[in-house]
Amino acid sequence: MNNSQPSKSDLAIHIRRAKETDLPAIKTFDERSNKDANPRYWQEMFTRYGDDKTKQLFLVCEKDTEIVGFIIGEIRDWEFGSHPCGWIFALGVRPDIRLGGIATSLYTAMCDFFRKAGVQKVRTMLARQDIDTHSFFRSQGMMAGPYIQLEKDL
Amino acid sequence: MKLQQSTLLGLYAVLELAKADGEQLSAAAISDKFDVSINHLAKVLRILVKAGLLQAARGAGGGYRFSGNTKRTTLMDVIELFEPVSIEGFENYGQPHQTDVEAGLAVALVEISEMMQATLRSITLRTMLKIMERG
Repeated sequence: MNNSQPSKSDLAIHIRRAKETDLPAIKTFDERSNKDANPRYWQEMFTRYGDDKTKQLFLVCEKDTEIVGFIIGEIRDWEFGSHPCGWIFALGVRPDIRLGGIATSLYTAMCDFFRKAGVQKVRTMLARQDIDTHSFFRSQGMMAGPYIQLEKDL
Repeated sequence: MKLQQSTLLGLYAVLELAKADGEQLSAAAISDKFDVSINHLAKVLRILVKAGLLQAARGAGGGYRFSGNTKRTTLMDVIELFEPVSIEGFENYGQPHQTDVEAGLAVALVEISEMMQATLRSITLRTMLKIMERG
């Protein structure tokens, strides 16, 4: 366990919709981009979720004119027999300023978007070993839901 | 999984003191609240002090205060101070000479164990305090 208190970042932040010109900055701290991600991944994400869409939202967080975080979500209707709900499926904050409230601000903005669209539930799915992200969503009050994810090698 | 009495006392004490937000509480106050033996609780508190989660103040009016980081300490961190987290009767998984029945059961039990561990590692004391506030 780490008992050192994290320093609070000085929050002069601005949350806004992502622009295509934000993508290079996001790639530098998105953990998936540093591994074996398709180089076109972020361009495709922007095409699908960027701009002014009604059911998709791609937000970034700017701090001192630098991009320091992002979140992507979407409203999905009647999947798995569920009422329409908001899905958060990507969230990232630059590692050197984590634990400073950036992810919470992005999450709150995304939940506001879902609420305004009339959605009453937010969901996400994450890797079992991704303890930091899991811990973050738990800290926002998220709990295990009524679904179980299953898979099989083909 | 069945938590030992010491582990439960450890969780009770840490959460009670974390909730007190830096305020000092006596061992007697904690043992009264949870209706547990003060002798048993004292042993548990010593372990928590040694782990750096609590600070002890001696003398009259002495007691304990939380000194850890609620944002970084998880339920798993506290539980592992007292016992390994495993499914009872399943400690020998992975041993050679397993039968096909044991190997088959192991697949299911590993899944349960991994889910349990991921949950315990993801819930911080800060999150627990929020859950307690909500009731």
